Amino acid sequence: MTEHTLVGAVNLSLAKALEEDETVILFGEDIGVDGGVFRATDGLVDRFGKDRVLDTPLAEGVLAGMSVGLAAEGFRPVPEIQFMGFIYPALEQMISHASRLRNRTRGRLTCPMVLRAPYGGGIHAPEHHSESTEAMFAHIPGLRVVIPSSPRRAYGLLLSAIRDPDPVVFLEPKRIYRAVREDFEDDGEGMPLDSCFIQREGTDITLVSWGAMMHETLAAADQLAEHGTRAEVIDVATLRPLDMDTILASVEKTGRCVIVHEAVRSNGVGAEIAARIGEDGLLSLLAPVGRVGGYDTIMPLARLEGRYMPSTERVVSAARRALEFE
Amino acid sequence: MTKIVATFEVSYTQILNKSGKLTGPLPAFAQDPEKLIELYRAMVLSRAFDAKAVSLHRTGRLGTFPSAVGQEAVCVGTASAMQETDVFLPSFREHGAQLIRGVTLVEQLLYWGGDERGSDFSGPKKDFPMAVPVGTHAPHAAGVALAMKLRGEERAAVCLMGDGATSRGDVYESWNMAGVWSLPVVYVINNNQWAISLPRSAQSAAETLAQKAIAAGFPGEQVDGNDVIAVYDVVDKALKKARSGGGAHLIEAVTYRLSDHTTADDASRYRSDEEVSARWSEEPISRMRTYLTESSAWKKEDEESLLAECAKTIEAAVEEYLATKPLPPESMFDYLYAELPAAYAAQRAAAVAASDENGDD
Ligand SMILES: Cc1ncc(C[n+]2csc(CCOP(=O)(O)OP(=O)(O)O)c2C)c(N)n1
Ligand SMILES: [Mg+2]
Repeated sequence: MTEHTLVGAVNLSLAKALEEDETVILFGEDIGVDGGVFRATDGLVDRFGKDRVLDTPLAEGVLAGMSVGLAAEGFRPVPEIQFMGFIYPALEQMISHASRLRNRTRGRLTCPMVLRAPYGGGIHAPEHHSESTEAMFAHIPGLRVVIPSSPRRAYGLLLSAIRDPDPVVFLEPKRIYRAVREDFEDDGEGMPLDSCFIQREGTDITLVSWGAMMHETLAAADQLAEHGTRAEVIDVATLRPLDMDTILASVEKTGRCVIVHEAVRSNGVGAEIAARIGEDGLLSLLAPVGRVGGYDTIMPLARLEGRYMPSTERVVSAARRALEFE
Repeated sequence: MTKIVATFEVSYTQILNKSGKLTGPLPAFAQDPEKLIELYRAMVLSRAFDAKAVSLHRTGRLGTFPSAVGQEAVCVGTASAMQETDVFLPSFREHGAQLIRGVTLVEQLLYWGGDERGSDFSGPKKDFPMAVPVGTHAPHAAGVALAMKLRGEERAAVCLMGDGATSRGDVYESWNMAGVWSLPVVYVINNNQWAISLPRSAQSAAETLAQKAIAAGFPGEQVDGNDVIAVYDVVDKALKKARSGGGAHLIEAVTYRLSDHTTADDASRYRSDEEVSARWSEEPISRMRTYLTESSAWKKEDEESLLAECAKTIEAAVEEYLATKPLPPESMFDYLYAELPAAYAAQRAAAVAASDENGDD
């Protein structure tokens, strides 16, 4: 086995998909000869050729829109948006077409595509490069929204996303693109979409997160463990559709829950999870469901970025509040 | 029957060639050597600032920075032709133009250093902040120009963008508006031949980018983007036309990006050193120095004192920048709305409390 970073795992996964299915086609800005600005597609144009790995002109809307056409014609397009901050022109195509082509045509035309984009803060990038706006896509029926939190999961979830018959928005937490390495086999094994992963088992409190914030969440679980609290940690992984069964089963066991995300606090996926626990798990709760998120502000530029990002300390104190609630 | 119903031409203007020789008549403004020296000095300051910014980045004291080496004539020529009351809408590689507009070096450093105050210009109050999402400022320019037109003012908007930006829908849509409503706006394309790793030839199959204006119903022309005299001249004429009700204009300034895309890029992955070296012979500063020197308007001592002066100006700005304390965390909330809604009070208090815990000042 070999050690892979998260971005390396994305690269492996894309290569595997290109290898196993000749209808898979990648395109985006600077993904060919440059290998992508984060090197997610490094070497792929040399291996698979310019007809399968295409450098495109600078226009995000058309990347998504063209995917709809390619998908309807039997391709499996995997467009890359260079940073999530530039994904917004693609929204119209994802919302008005990709998500509903199957529904509109009663299954006559379908849209198997994966829109990839690095997202999130923490790398001191320029303006518009650090936001976490996954909730926008999670709001749209017909789309899947998938976010990996580790190299192994990036590999497996991306493969499953590409093999999936419906459109997937696959958001890559760039803060941890190279933060950790993980050992795994490049065996083409996918990982299940539409289900949460129990990252660590525990009995006292459920901590729910996804993407890069899994790291702060696990660090918080470590700190709680030092004081004898056993936290169960859940990686949501697929934000739509949401696997509430796993989360509710955990909350039934622990009675307490804190949801952690980097996106602004209000009107996000955390709110949905909390609401669902309220609807279907109220009687298991021993404390109000807590949320730790970014402030409801514009993502600040680099100098204050660290002040925006939810810290391990904020997760720990939210957990303590839930644990001490009577 | 088939007949030709429309024909178009795209002109290319150059006044000073790469050897510093005149290839066309000097326009009236350029008869005054002092004016030419002013343009030259601005280009030299821009390049010196550029080098400093890149080195600040390398030593971890500035964020990602987009160098404009080789494209100084586009920025300096364009901004110098503007009047104070015009409005400049930059993308992100226009420090040379912003300097002339009155955006200070400290403000520019603050922006690239990750501090919002960098976009709160002390100088040009109506100029726009940088537009990082490529091409998204083109519609703003149309809006600014419409406001000027509706009020019957003799002002114009100037929107600068890259060759890559011309592929964006926003840009085409804006040009269409500018044409159909005859808006007082001048769009300037810094065609530096690259959009990160994508060469101009792969960006558009159009022979020129200038001709895209023709489809929108207003004139487009090319200019030697390494010739500051020519850039000034064509922008000046376009602005005069725009301010006096003549409508929109597109100028494609043909130049070359001699640096990496930004400090985060490694251009050797996608273009050869030979290509870049060959382009150094065309860069805008040395041809202007040759011309000024040969016409006895510029001497070695002038050059030395200019370089010393630039270094001093930049050093002072860097010191001030580095001494500027970051904003307190609660400043994240200060400009979200005219007044912070009551619903925000708790979050703001939490941010303050978090910073107190961290022992911030
Ligand atoms: C909408 C959008 N897509 C992608 C990017 C990432 N990006 C930044 S600059 C750039 C290339 C821009 O090329 P061009 O317009 O020619 O301007 P230049 O950088 O050459 O000055 C890209 C792809 C961005 N900032 N905005
Ligand atoms: Mg360019």
